[in-house]
Amino acid sequence: MSSWMELILSFLILTGAIFTFIGSLGLARLRDFYTRLHGPTKATTLGVGSLLVASSIYFSNQGQGISLHEILITLFLFITAPVSAHLLAKAALHQKLPRTKETRGNTDEGA
Amino acid sequence: MSRRLLPHPLLTPILAVVWLLLSNSVAPGHILLGLILGWLIPLFTLRFWPETVRVHKPWALARFLGVVLMDIVLANMSVARRILGSPSRLQPAFIPFPLALESDLAISFLANTICLTPGTVSAQLSPDRRTLIIHALDAPDPDGVRQEIRDRYESPLKEIFEAC
Repeated sequence: MSSWMELILSFLILTGAIFTFIGSLGLARLRDFYTRLHGPTKATTLGVGSLLVASSIYFSNQGQGISLHEILITLFLFITAPVSAHLLAKAALHQKLPRTKETRGNTDEGA
Repeated sequence: MSRRLLPHPLLTPILAVVWLLLSNSVAPGHILLGLILGWLIPLFTLRFWPETVRVHKPWALARFLGVVLMDIVLANMSVARRILGSPSRLQPAFIPFPLALESDLAISFLANTICLTPGTVSAQLSPDRRTLIIHALDAPDPDGVRQEIRDRYESPLKEIFEAC
């Protein structure tokens, strides 16, 4: 494996790690349930995405043919992550969880 | 007759491709098995998905997916910046979004897209399917968010799935 290939791979892995970390950090830093939902559902899609691209490139260079399992993982992730986020938000609304006082807008129209 | 034998013509090739990716090979045996699975699974899951799916403009769908992928990358950047910034200065909001879409698939596509893109999560669909409540992480201007979702996501989806 050439050295610039290693450079690209380490860049992708570091980006992935940083975004996954920021996503989890959101859980600790943000104020209420609804805003906390945003961290893990989004900052992690790019994080996991670049880790998977790195994995795909690495294993394709190992001489055992192109590795395409990662595309499937991405596909399943993009299908399931929004659904779970939506259900969590719906459950939170149903339970009338407290929200920060800065939050505007009401939710009666969908009740 | 063909409707009963092949209820979702689009699902068959998709499932076959997913099978080929899973087995990571393009041997003729796997292609055949993939096609058989792609034919049988829609037959068995027919009750979960009674609507026939019609994509009117495949190229518009491809362009839409491209836009969404770009937006996911940008969304990650902006959410990351907001998490690292000061959380007390955020202005979260619940935004009711009046839907112009009618088919189930188009609505679920829109809800999924909203969950994947900049600082918004779709929280609830009203029972009459007219309003989608969206929670935005930081929305100083709720009307702007509504306008953006309408222009960027809803109108292409309407064109793709509900063209008349």
